[in-house]
Formats: sequence, structure tokens, C-alpha cells
Amino acid sequence: MGRLHQLLRNFKEKKASYREYYSDEMPKIKRRNEELGAYLEIFEELVETQVTELESGKRAGRLAGLPLAIKDIISIQGQRLTAASKILENYRAPRSATVVERLDREGAVFVGRSNCDEFAMGSSNENSAYGPAKNPFDLSRSPGGSSGGSASAVAGELCVGALGTDTGGSIRLPAAFCGITGLKPTYGRVSRSGVIAFASSLDQVGPMADDALDCAEILQVISGADPRDSTAMKVPVEDFVKACEPSPLKDLKIGYSPDYLESESLPEAYKKELQEAKRSFEKLGAKFYPMTLEHLPYSIAAYYIIAPAEASSNLARYDGVRFGHRTKAFESLKEMIVQSRSEGFGDEVKRRIMIGSFALSSGYFDAYYSKAQFVRSLIQKEFLEAFKKVDLLFWPSSPRPPFPLGKEEKDPLSLYLADIFTIPVNLAGLPALSFPIGYDEDSLPIGAQLIGRAFAEAELLRSLAAYERERPFEKRPLACH
Amino acid sequence: MSLEEFSKSHEIVIGLEVHAQLTTDFKLMSPASNRFGKSPNSSVSSVCTGMPGALPVLNQKAIEMAVKTALALHCKIQSPNVFSRKHYFYPDLPKGYQISQYDLPYAKSGRVEFYLEGQKRSVGLQRIHMEEDAGKNLHFGDQGISLVDLNRSSVPLIEIVSEPELRSADEAGAYLRALRRVLRYLEVCDGNMEEGNFRCDANVSIRKQGETRLGTRVELKNINSFRNLERAIQNEALRQWDLLKQDKLVVQETRSWDANENLSRSMRSKEEAADYRYFPEPDLLPLSLSDDWIENRRKALPELPLDRMERFMKDFERSAYDAEVLTSSKQLADYFEEIALPLKDYSLASNFIQTTVLASLQDVEKGLEDFYPDAPALTELLQELKQGKLSLNMAKEVFEEMKTSRQPASKIISEKGLSQVNDDSILRSCVKTVIQNHPAQLEQFKAGKDKLFGFFMGQCQKELKGKGNPATLKALLEEELKQS
Repeated sequence: MGRLHQLLRNFKEKKASYREYYSDEMPKIKRRNEELGAYLEIFEELVETQVTELESGKRAGRLAGLPLAIKDIISIQGQRLTAASKILENYRAPRSATVVERLDREGAVFVGRSNCDEFAMGSSNENSAYGPAKNPFDLSRSPGGSSGGSASAVAGELCVGALGTDTGGSIRLPAAFCGITGLKPTYGRVSRSGVIAFASSLDQVGPMADDALDCAEILQVISGADPRDSTAMKVPVEDFVKACEPSPLKDLKIGYSPDYLESESLPEAYKKELQEAKRSFEKLGAKFYPMTLEHLPYSIAAYYIIAPAEASSNLARYDGVRFGHRTKAFESLKEMIVQSRSEGFGDEVKRRIMIGSFALSSGYFDAYYSKAQFVRSLIQKEFLEAFKKVDLLFWPSSPRPPFPLGKEEKDPLSLYLADIFTIPVNLAGLPALSFPIGYDEDSLPIGAQLIGRAFAEAELLRSLAAYERERPFEKRPLACH
Repeated sequence: MSLEEFSKSHEIVIGLEVHAQLTTDFKLMSPASNRFGKSPNSSVSSVCTGMPGALPVLNQKAIEMAVKTALALHCKIQSPNVFSRKHYFYPDLPKGYQISQYDLPYAKSGRVEFYLEGQKRSVGLQRIHMEEDAGKNLHFGDQGISLVDLNRSSVPLIEIVSEPELRSADEAGAYLRALRRVLRYLEVCDGNMEEGNFRCDANVSIRKQGETRLGTRVELKNINSFRNLERAIQNEALRQWDLLKQDKLVVQETRSWDANENLSRSMRSKEEAADYRYFPEPDLLPLSLSDDWIENRRKALPELPLDRMERFMKDFERSAYDAEVLTSSKQLADYFEEIALPLKDYSLASNFIQTTVLASLQDVEKGLEDFYPDAPALTELLQELKQGKLSLNMAKEVFEEMKTSRQPASKIISEKGLSQVNDDSILRSCVKTVIQNHPAQLEQFKAGKDKLFGFFMGQCQKELKGKGNPATLKALLEEELKQS
């Protein structure tokens, strides 16, 4: 059982009062955060207030008392919201994101805002303007990105669950690197209102936690249409928690790409654990079908046009006029805007704004943006075809182990390639989860992905819950104290 | 250098781009109120101030108003239509982009119809699209500060783009008035140019008569009244003609009209034009409108001004000019109709309204809202006039009294003792007395000084305290003078 449900049970059985639990936990959380940098800020006052409300019964609900980490790109009313950028260093959110309101209504406790890559752009968390979060299994390594702080906080036990956002793998890659479970919902499943936009047609908020059931509990609360977000769709929200109850996987058809599972570039341990995981699904009754999606190799190219194009637009509002960083000395309006942005944004953000602005500029739009959208539609179609034959797809989450910190900053391309297994899913708008399947020879976690049809989160969670019973993931000792 | 001289060899080609603010309760993408005019930044939400994470959500009411307008202008509704982002940096544009429609606007190929000098004209529309308005920058030069007011940010706009089919400043003015009339009939826009809720940019080029290709166009901005539209177009045509006469090229550019100086100034050339980097707005889904929904909106359209004008021409036997004046606002047309029908004297109703009622209204649109005499009250007064119980001058006097006292005509007539003397015997005896009392003038009249007829009329009315029926009096006076 994941720590989220364990704690829910403890509170329910009154094994610990909320007050006692937080008195014990907060010092540990603060201590570990010194090592991990998982939180950019721990909300001590807010936690105190919320615990008092829990004690008085004013704060209640299905998540009552659960300590959660909120990626610092998701608004919590009155709290600082930086997107791990200097440009928003002193910005406070005027109102909560819809997802935060929903968690709040169910009694969750917001421990802190978790570290991430600046504006969620990155795979290693090293693009945070406030320094990277660290991998709890090896402090010299990255927890992955961009939701690295959320993954680090869950794995390092600085919370029992977290919210991340996933634009090209930003929930799934850190989940894989940190040995936890992360779910990127179908585009349109969860409201984006109050979530700082990176690439609006790809961004999606999702849960990160120990296992399927813990993710299901959070997903249950945050899902559903929202009058403040036209892209959050009016699709029925199934009982995700119930979906995690034991059920056979007989009749389940799973597609896999031999190219991916047996790729030469994959480390040996990865190939071995992927085969083991595959066998466990087979034992449960699932049937595997080899399946090659031939347009997938183009997805990184398409993604690195579409995402920066949208980012260049979404980040235009950070101009130093109404909020955020404004340069000290300027002679003209133009200089004020240019200087404020030059000082406020980090290198990766600037790089993507430039790529995106270029791709959208007149004379290049058709060659880049339109072509990328065309590729995207081909990929969507290819997934649709695949899901006529199978129910789920089984892929690796990452082609490589967690990056050593401080080594790869200078080569953005090699980092972009780390998202090869996650990006196609965002382009197609599909739901996917990354879950831990074992460790490599350095005792670093290895993750695998299950990808489902649009709005098939229940099916994903059901399959993963069955797998977990068949092949539980043993958590090895952490490197933090 | 005059326009007449110009017109002998050249013609002006004009296309207009009109921005009309829709009078919705709420903004286009934001839940903030669209009824402001209050203190700066008081009517805003996190959406129209562009706060991080805030998302646009379309206002259904604005879409309905926009579609109604497009249907009234005979457009084809495009479904799905798509919102795009138009990027540029400016402090009054909080998101750094404006949400507008670009390559897939909601309405295409309509027309605006109107009468110009008695002739019916039809001017094609390229498209109408929806977009959000920007805020306003306020500059305090003397203090060296600029402030931003975002009350106007995300106010719904429709941009109505004509084909370059207008050929004179007068025609452009008539087109714009006709367009405004449609918007006002539909109650979707206040149509006030001075207040900026109805704005017009003009694309102007010139060419030799008979030439089919278009000349290089210049876009004129900051035109804030009908008068300025006409002046700016004429000025621009002559400016371009002057350049051509000097063998210089007209440069494609945007110019700003300065109404005080009566000239335009270059704002930016084509090369300096911003690259707006349009792309489809990912925060809004393509807007699909069902055929049924559109048809229901079409069926619900009120009678439109041009239809009404033509009906007035036919049913009330009015000239194009009269009918246009009477249908210049929905309220006025209703007023006329409510009076003319029971009165059954269309000319009388039309003339009295045009000369007397309109002269006493400051603003035809707002003026009739709380106006007295209302239609039944004025009908009563005009009945008296029609039956000869009052002279026109008396009726005007009563009308003025009704306006201020808000009392019905009958009450004022009896209080003032106003009633016309129609009795032949009274009038004849008055005429006789006047002639007898002025023998010298009679002599002169007989000697050929016809002008004195007026003198006798005046003397008679003086005797009758102005109540003599003028027509009868005139006939009797002519008769008696002849016999004297």
C-alpha cells in the first residue's frame, strides 16, 4: 500500500492526530529539503493554519490531512508562484488554480511549492533559477524534469503525493528517475486554469505518488470539466479508486515496440527489467503484440516546434509592466520590456522563445509550425490505428538513467532526446503512466510506461494496480537522511 | 488642386475596416463586467489583466450578437471558425497577444446596402471577425509617467471589413451610417464614434478612371467622426494625386489623421509593420455553430433599417430622403409609424416630425426614449391640425408647450383658448373691416403694389389674434380686394 493510503488509514483509525503527525513530520521534511531542494518554499504558516482547521473539523474531505507538494507552476492563492524563474521571483498568485481549489475542498495540506525547471522547460530540473532538486536515490543525480521537485518530494518522503505538470514528459520522466508513479492524464481531463502555461495544447496537470491507487485518489479529486477552462472537457469522471481493486487482466491486449524494448542504446538492466515487467503482465493474462508506430521518430522534431511556438506566445505576458521583474534603469518602453525579459528569463527559456518566435514568423510559419502540426496529426492518427488493435501500449519511460547533475547543461539537444518515449503521448493528447519496474546496477530506479486511449485513465490504473500486486516494487534505502 | 479637377481624370478607391464594440454585460473572454466608465482598472479580472494561468472562456452572448450582425449583413457564417493569437508588445495588451480571428473568421462575404442621392448602392463585405479589445495607455507627459487602464481589455469587438468598392468620401460616409444603423437596430453596438465604441479605419488608393488595377493603398487611422472620415479621405486622395503628379510613388503605409491640423501623418511603413506571428489560439476550441442555431438567429432578426426604409417609401409614399430620415433610428421609425397609421395623413406626420420633432431632439437615438409628446399624444395634436382646428403655427406652439409641461394637446388648447377661426362669415367681416380701415394701402395695392397683400393678411390675423384659418383667410382677402 502506498504511503498516501497508509496515512489515510492511520488518520481514519486515529493512530495519529493531525497535530502529532505534522509535529513529527515537519522537522524531517525541512531537514531533508536542505539536502534535496525538492521544495522552493515550505509553507510553514499555511500548514499550521490547515492543521488547526483539520483539528477543529473545519477542514475535511477524502484527502483530509494528506501532505501534498504542489509544483511551483500551479497557483495557490496568496502564496508565491515563481515557475522557478527570476522573472516571477516576488509574484503572489491572486487566486488558486482549479486543481488546488479541488484538493483544498477535500482537505489536503499544501506542504510547499516544489522545484521544477523554469516554466517547466527542461528534463533535468537544472533549469530552475533557484538550483536543481536532487534525486533521493543519489544526490549527485537529477530527479528528472521538469516536475523534479515533485518527484523528489514524493520519493524522498517529504509528502505523500504531488501535483506535477506534463508537457513532453515532465511527470513521467521524473517519476521514472525517482522510482515513483506518475500519471499524465488525457489532454482535457484536468483543468489548466491557474496553472502557468508552457505549451497550452500539450500541458496537463497530473498526480505523482507511490503507486496506482495513490495516484487514483488524487486524480479522482482534480479531474473534470471547469467553466474557467474551455479545453477541460465534459467527459464523465469514472471511479478511479475503484478501478484499482483487484481484477484479472485476461483479454487485455498490450502493444509494444520491439525497437524500443530491445533498442541497442538501452542499458542492459533496462532491457532486462522491461522483459520482466512484460512477463508479469503476461502472467496476469495480458497478451502482447509487437507494434511499430513509424511516424514516432518525427515527434521530437514536431514537438520542438509546437511547444516553443506556444511558449513564445505564453511567455509574452512577462513584460515587466504589471507584475514580475522590471529592470531598474531604462530609457524607453522598448528597453524596459527587452531588459526586464533579458534579466528575468534563463537561457533555456530564452532559447525556446527564440525558436518559437522564429517558427511562427511570417515566411517560416508554413515550413515549420504548419508542418509540425501536420506531423502531429499523423502521430495522432497512428495512435488511433494502434488502439484499434490493442488496449494499451507498453514502452520505456526513459532511454537512460538519471542524469548526473552539472554535466549536460551545455548540450540541450542530448537532453531533448531524453524525451523520445514521452513526447509522442503529449502530441496525441493521450493518458500515460510511468511506474517503477526495478533498479539498474547503480541502484537507480527504472521506469516503464503504459499508454492508453483518450480518457482511459481507469483502464491504465486498473492494469497497473494488477501489475503491482503481481510484482511489487521494493523501495531501496534513500541517500538522504 | 481641387477634388473636382481630380475627379475629371481619377477616382478614389476606398475600403473601410470598422471596429464595433458589442454591448454585452460581460467581456468577450473574461468574467469582468463590460459596463464600465468607472475608475481605471475597476472592471477587470485575472483574464483581462493577463495574470499567469488565467484562461480565456468565450462569452456566448457576444457570439450571439456577432452572428446576428453577420446575418443582418447577409454574410455566410463559417463553422467551425477559429480564434488566433496576434502578437505584439504594448503595455495596453496584457497578454502580449490579442485574441482575434485570422484565417478562419466567423463570417464571410456579406453586403451593406444604402441609398446615396436616391440611388440604391450595395457594397460588399469581405469578412467579419470577432476579437477582444485592448486596454488604454494614459500618458502624463508633463510628469513623465504613463499609466495603463485595462477596463477596455477584452471588451468584445467585431471587425467588419468591406471590399474596396467605395468610390467617394460621400459614399464612404453613407456606407458607415448605414452600417451603424444596422448595428443600432440590432441593439448590439452603441455606434458612437466620438466615444470610440464604433471605430473606422479607411484604406484609400487612387487610380486613373478606367484603370482596373488597384493603386497602392494607404491606411488611415484615428478617424473619430463621420465628418473626419470624409475629410480624411478627400485629403488623402489629393495627397496621393499630388505625389503622382510629381512623379513620386505612393508608399504603402499607415497614416494617422489629425483632425485639428486637417492632415495625416505617417505612422509606419509596410517594412516597419509588425510580424504578428499569428497561430491558432490553443486555449479555445474551434467554434462550431449548428445550422439550426444559426437559422433560429436568422428568424429572430428584427426588421432591418433598409427594409423598413423601402417599406416606408412604398407604404407611406415617402421619398428615399424622407424614408431614410424617418428610419434613421428604430425608435424614430416606430414613432412615425405609430403616428402616421392612425392619422392617415403620411405627409403631415412626416413633415411635422422632420421639421418640428427632430429639430427639438439633441440625439435622435437617446432623445426619444423619454420624449413627450409620445406617439399617441402627438397623434392627437396632429389630428387637430389635420382637421383645421389649429393652424401649423398654433400646432407648433402647442407642441412646444407639450414638451415642457408634458400635458396633452387638448388641455393646452383649451387653456390657451387656441382654436382656429374657420367661420367664413367672421373671417369675411374681418377682411372687410381691415380693407375699409386702410384706404391708402388699398389705393397703392390697386396701383400694382402686390406686396401689400401680405400687409392685409397680417392686419387680419392681428384682428383675429392669429387664429384665422390662413387658407380661408387668403381666399377671402383675394376675393374682397378684387371687388373693392
